[in-house]
Amino acid sequence: MTTNRAASALRESERLQSKSLTDLAFARLRRDRLSMVGIGILLFLTAASLAAPVITDILQVDPNTTDASASKYLPLFSGGHLLGTDNLGRDHLARLLYAGQVSLFIGFMSAFLALVIGVTLGILTGYFGGVIDDLVNWIITTLNSIPVLVLLIVISAVFKPTAEALIIIIVLITWTPTTRLVRGETLSIRSREYIVSAQAIGASSFRIMRVHILPNVFSLTIVTLARNIGIVMLIEAALSFLGLGVQPPTATWGNMLSKSREFITKAPHLMIFPGLLITVVVLCLYVLGDGLRDAFDPTIKD
Amino acid sequence: MIKYIIRRLVQSIPTFFGITLLSYLLLWLAPGSVVERLYFAPNIKAETRARLAAQLGIDDPFHIQYLRWLAGDDWLRWDSDGDGIADSSFTPLAPLDEDGDGIPEPPGDNYGILRGDFGKSFIKKQPVLDIILSNLLATLELGVAAIMTSLVIGIPVGVVSAVTRGRLFDNVARVMAVIFDAVPNFWLGYMLLYLFGSLLGILPIGGRCAITLTGVCPSLFERFDYLFLPTIVFAAGFVALFSRYIRTSTLEVLSQDYIRTARAKGLAPRVVNFRHAMRNALIPVATLLGPIITNVWAGAIVIETVFAWPGIGRIAFTSAIQQDYPVVMGIVIFASIATILGFLLSDILYVFIDPRIRIL
Repeated sequence: MTTNRAASALRESERLQSKSLTDLAFARLRRDRLSMVGIGILLFLTAASLAAPVITDILQVDPNTTDASASKYLPLFSGGHLLGTDNLGRDHLARLLYAGQVSLFIGFMSAFLALVIGVTLGILTGYFGGVIDDLVNWIITTLNSIPVLVLLIVISAVFKPTAEALIIIIVLITWTPTTRLVRGETLSIRSREYIVSAQAIGASSFRIMRVHILPNVFSLTIVTLARNIGIVMLIEAALSFLGLGVQPPTATWGNMLSKSREFITKAPHLMIFPGLLITVVVLCLYVLGDGLRDAFDPTIKD
Repeated sequence: MIKYIIRRLVQSIPTFFGITLLSYLLLWLAPGSVVERLYFAPNIKAETRARLAAQLGIDDPFHIQYLRWLAGDDWLRWDSDGDGIADSSFTPLAPLDEDGDGIPEPPGDNYGILRGDFGKSFIKKQPVLDIILSNLLATLELGVAAIMTSLVIGIPVGVVSAVTRGRLFDNVARVMAVIFDAVPNFWLGYMLLYLFGSLLGILPIGGRCAITLTGVCPSLFERFDYLFLPTIVFAAGFVALFSRYIRTSTLEVLSQDYIRTARAKGLAPRVVNFRHAMRNALIPVATLLGPIITNVWAGAIVIETVFAWPGIGRIAFTSAIQQDYPVVMGIVIFASIATILGFLLSDILYVFIDPRIRIL
C-alpha cells in the first residue's frame, strides 16, 4: 500500500519533471482566456477561408461570376447575397472568403519563412562570429535604415510581383529583427558551461547548434511569430491597397479595399468588411502575441 | 560626447553605402530599358538605341555606373578650355571618344548623389532634389503634427495607465492601444473620411487646403480642418506605441527606491506620479525617435495617398507607379538618411538626457 503510494508519487514527480519550459508555457497559455478567444477567432476565420469552395457551393454563389439577375452594389442580405455584391455584381462574401485564403497564406508563410531564415542566420552568425557575422550585421543595419514600406513600394513597382513573389520579397525585407534577436541570444548561450562541455567532449558545431542552442532560442522566436504574422498582414494590406501588392483578379483583403474606395459613398459595405477582417485577424494575432510573451516569461509566476 | 557622436557618424558610413548599393542594384535589376523610358519611341532602330545607351552610359558595367551615380561623372570626362567639348578624361573609366566615331563625348555634368545631385526626373524633367525639397514641408507638417498629437495624448495615458495598473482605465487604454495598433491606417482613414467628410459633411475630404488660384496654401491656422483627420489617423498608431512604452517605463520607475522615498516623506500622489515618476519615465522615449522617423516615412506614403496630401509620400508612390527611378531612388536615399540621423539623434539624446549614463 505504502509502496504503491510512493511509486505513484514518484511517477507524479517524474511527470512534473518531464514537463519542459515550453510545455509549461503552453499550459499557461491555455489558461489565458483572451489568447484562447484570439486563437478561436483565428481558427474560425482560417477554416472559413479554407472551406470557401464548400461554403460558396452551399450558398450557391461564385466569387468570379457576375450575377446577371442581381444588380451591382447590392446592399447586405439582398438577392441571395448575404453581404451584397460588388461593383461587378460579384458576391461579396464569396470574394472575402477567397481573398482570406490569399491574405492569410501570405501572412503566415512570410512570417514563417522569415522565422526560418532568422533562426538559421542568427544561430550561425552568433555561434561562429567573424566575417560572416560582420557581413550579415552590415546587411541588417542597412535594411533597418530603409523604411520597410518605402523599400516595398519600390520593389513592387519595379517587379510587379505575384502572390508567391510577394512572399519572397516580404521575407527578404523582414528577416532582420528575428536574426538580431536570435544572434544576441546565441551569443550569450555560446559561452555557457554546457556548451563548453559539449565542445570539450568533441561534439560537432552542427550538433551543438541543433541540440543545445536551437531549443533554447525556440521560445524567443515563437513569442514573436504571432506578432510578426500580424505585421506582415498589415504590410501586405497597405501594399495591395496602394495597388502594388497582389494584382487582380487574385483578391486579397488589401486589394479589395483598393478597389472599393472608389465606391465608398455608393457601397460602404464593400470597404467596411475587408478592413474589419484585417483588423480582427491582426488584433487576434497581437493579443495572442502578448499572451505568448507572458506565457513564456519566466519572471511571471502563476 | 563629441567623440561618441563622431564615432557614431563614422559607423553609419558603411550603412549609407549599403543603402546606395541596394537602391542602385534595384534599378539595375529593373526590367525595361531606360532608353525606352526616356525617349518614348518603340520603333527606334537598334543602332540608335545602342548609341543612346552609350550616351547615357547604361551599357557600362555595374560598378562603373554605380560609381558614376554615386560620385558623378564631371571628373571622368571634362572640358578644360571652356569650349564646350570634352578634351581631357580619366581614361581607364571613360575614354574621350567612347563610341569610336571620332567625335569626343560631351563632358560629364552629373555631380553624383554624394554631392547632392540625384539626377533629373524622367517625367517632370526637374532635378530630383528640387522635387523632394518642394514637397518636404507638407510631409513635415503632417509628421510633426502627428508626433506632437501622439505625445500629448500618449504620455498622460501611459502614466495614468501605470498608476492605475489593473483597473478600468488601464484595461481600457491597453485594449484601445492594441486595437489602434491592429487597424490598417488607410482603412481607418477612409472610414473617418466617409463618416466626417461624406455622411456628416463637416470636414473636407482631402487635400492640404482648399484649391487656390496661386496653388499656395494659406497659413496653418486657416486650414486646421484639412490637417485634422490625417493627423488623427497618422497619430493613432503612435499613440498606441507611446502609451504602451510610457506605461512600461513608468511601472519600472514606480518600483524605484526614490519613489518610495518621495511617497514616504508624504508628498501628494499627483506630485510623486507626475513630477518624480513621469519625468524619469520619459527618458527611454528618446530611443523611440529613430523608429518613429522610419514610421513617419512609411505612414506618409499611405496617409498622403488616402488624404490627397501633397507631400513626399505621395510623390514616392506616384513615382514608383510611373517608374520614375531617379525620383524613387532619391526619396529612398533621402528617407534613409533621415532614418540614420534619427537613430543617431535618439542615441545622443538618450545619453544627453539621462545623467546616469556617462559613456566618456
